[in-house]
Amino acid sequence: MGRVLLVCRLAARDLRRRPTEAVLLLLAIMAATTTLTLGLVLRGVIDKPYQSTREATDGPDVIAALFPRIGGGVDPAEVKALTDAPGVVAYSGPYPVAGAVLEANGRTVVAQAQGRDTAVAQVDQPKPTKGGWVRPGGLVLEAAFAEALDISPGDRVTLKPIDVAASGTQPSVQGRGPGRSFRVAGVAVTAATPPYPEPACLANLCQGDADTGVVWLTRKEALSLYPQRDSFIDVWNLKLADPATAPAFAAERNPPPDAPEGARGSGPPPPLLEAWQDIRDASANLVDNQRRALLTGAWLLAFLAVASVAVLVGGRMADQLRRVGLLKAVGGTPGLIAAVLLAEYVAVALVAAAAGLMVGSLTAPLLTEASAGLLGSAGPRTVTLSTIGLVTALALAVAVAATLVPAVRAARTSTVLALADSARPPRRTGWLIALSAHLPVPLLLGLRVAARRPRRTVLAVVSIAITVSGIVAALAAHADLDGSNGVSADRMDQVLLVITITLIALAAVNAIFVTWATALDARRSSALARALGATPQQVSAGLSAAQVLPALAGALLGIPGGLELIAVADPDAATPSPPLWQLLAVVPGTVLVIAGLTVIPARIGARRPTAQILQSELA
Amino acid sequence: MNTGDSPLRVGPVLRAHGLEKEYGQGAGLVRALDGVDLEVASGETLAVMGPSGCGKSTLLHLLGGLERPSAGEVWLEGRRIDRVSEKALARVRRRAIGFVFQAFHLMDELTAVENVEMPALLAGRAPRAARRQAAELLEQVGLADRAEHLPSALSGGECQRVAIARALSNEPLVLLADEPTGNLDSAATLDVLRLLDSLRSAGQTLLIVTHDDRIAATADRLISMRDGAFVEETRLTHGTTGPLSELAGLEG
Repeated sequence: MGRVLLVCRLAARDLRRRPTEAVLLLLAIMAATTTLTLGLVLRGVIDKPYQSTREATDGPDVIAALFPRIGGGVDPAEVKALTDAPGVVAYSGPYPVAGAVLEANGRTVVAQAQGRDTAVAQVDQPKPTKGGWVRPGGLVLEAAFAEALDISPGDRVTLKPIDVAASGTQPSVQGRGPGRSFRVAGVAVTAATPPYPEPACLANLCQGDADTGVVWLTRKEALSLYPQRDSFIDVWNLKLADPATAPAFAAERNPPPDAPEGARGSGPPPPLLEAWQDIRDASANLVDNQRRALLTGAWLLAFLAVASVAVLVGGRMADQLRRVGLLKAVGGTPGLIAAVLLAEYVAVALVAAAAGLMVGSLTAPLLTEASAGLLGSAGPRTVTLSTIGLVTALALAVAVAATLVPAVRAARTSTVLALADSARPPRRTGWLIALSAHLPVPLLLGLRVAARRPRRTVLAVVSIAITVSGIVAALAAHADLDGSNGVSADRMDQVLLVITITLIALAAVNAIFVTWATALDARRSSALARALGATPQQVSAGLSAAQVLPALAGALLGIPGGLELIAVADPDAATPSPPLWQLLAVVPGTVLVIAGLTVIPARIGARRPTAQILQSELA
Repeated sequence: MNTGDSPLRVGPVLRAHGLEKEYGQGAGLVRALDGVDLEVASGETLAVMGPSGCGKSTLLHLLGGLERPSAGEVWLEGRRIDRVSEKALARVRRRAIGFVFQAFHLMDELTAVENVEMPALLAGRAPRAARRQAAELLEQVGLADRAEHLPSALSGGECQRVAIARALSNEPLVLLADEPTGNLDSAATLDVLRLLDSLRSAGQTLLIVTHDDRIAATADRLISMRDGAFVEETRLTHGTTGPLSELAGLEG
């Protein structure tokens, strides 16, 4: 018990003695735990709200879109084949659906207008969350669509027939004529389409890449949008005896994916069926992309945090050697010393895990606003025991991976050497020393400083390579989103931006840590170089160069790393690539940023009093 | 305008006037050097002696531009150096000063020859020329066969001889040695003394801070210090103590 108390006391005192380093350690690990929490919380966030919405709205198991014949309505035989099919226990429809242009609050967006009865439907009855259901002159918007447009019950919107003109590669969509004004009777949720901005594209009614939202209005008013009945498709909602069989039911009746267009001659296209499971998955699509980005970001940040902590611990270990020597001199065993050194980092990791869980769970709802179109949303209740376990394990793994080796090595150091603070002789890399003799003085000094501590140099390379990989992957994902418009692309962009900024911030902290640790470690050789005639500027530039050279290597490694990362993170999609100029700009950009970040610590390190340092070596 | 920067017409190679150095402030103020005046002629060997903490090393650091005085002036070859920029001071050290430290201060990861060529590389000399000169200097100090050895593989005396070779790399006007034999045994001390004596004979200006009477006896002039000030100055007639090889207690 006494030993445990001693270990805790020593760990606590050391943390209190260096509060800035403790806070930086905490932030480094917390960046990883928060991102991982977000990714894990989003994992199950959509399933429950979709299920609740499906129950509350008598959601359909299969939605069928039937196309009209030219100049007439839908073939009754097609309807009968669906509604009388084995396994169908209930249905609602037909509901006429057509594309329209909706104007509200100065914005013009594409909508899918669906004619409904004012009476309650047996299958798929959208549930108003504000206001009421459709009535003559009053339409209802899908809840997430209304939120995106900032529309509430009582507001006025205009619906216009849609005009599609083929111009260039994308069809141009605009409203025709003055349209008709409606009062918003309410906003409602449905399980028959995914919430906005995921497009509800029944029968390919989506126009271009524009986000399409759903509005419901009375059947009569919907049909008045277009004079011809064949401008509308008919939608039927089917309830099956066994909802789990919906995908098989739909697949059996849908045309094969490779069927040639016009296979039915001059007749209308065959019906298109969609199972509720597909809608559930599409509802999760937006969050799913964010989750994938966050989980990938969490792993990158975890690796970066290991590098941060390892650099910090390495730097501190040099300072702690004398302390280790003292502990050993008074009878501390290697095990006790390793425990003392590990305990403080484990304590920081546990606090970082708790803080990451709290911040991650509190910010998760901000990323799932899309689920406003469903009942319920992400919240602290989605932090499960497994999430807590995984996040805590990550934090502990970061701390232990970065500290175990130096702690054990320090614990095994000879007491005399530790007391003399001379247990870490620099490495000699002969070929680098020979090569550096041919370089200008700052590079000569920089290369030799970098070569003295190869492990630290490798950490710096890895740190930059991870960051650049993350940036390249984010640029690639952004390039992939460039073709898309709307809320979903914006939100994904925001997630990528947050991850990129966090990665850069952590890498910046790493670069400063590494420079400072290098400046401290190289204080004697820097002082000596100055005594031999190197100027402070040359020494300072040398310390910066010792960081810039690994940064250059890391940036060059990071580019293929980033492209590989995005291929691994999203194996189903074709790997996008950022524009060439962005890839080319990443390398000099990284080198410039690192040079800028290291200037101040390098200058402080280079200007320490020469005589004092050389004298202290005698102490 | 700094009129003090104008060159003197005639005078010593190294001169200090009213040199003071203070550390700390208030109650913790320590005066390490208190109004020291000094002149070192070209080719002269000057020994500075005194008890630990009397300010000997501080004096050496101020004269070599490693530290700046709190007051007073330092002149090197007729140019005042205590007020110049850090960059200019670095050039002065590179061109005109050679340091030898008690703790050798060799770079652990560099071989003997790489340590010796370091100042020449810092001065911008071509790598091949720097290496050739370093090899010659190592030969001069009797370590040609140890050129590729790391400091950890050299004895204390060998390390100090490497440090002396390094200090000579840029042919300095003045060689400043701080307790050059302080960490050495008798045999190694004799080696270093011989080397310093040969430098003196070759006309190298030397300023040696030491505790060792035997080193002091080889100087042209001996200054004793106490509490940051000079208390006694003795001009020695070189040879009064006899040749180095006859110094009592140093040989086998």
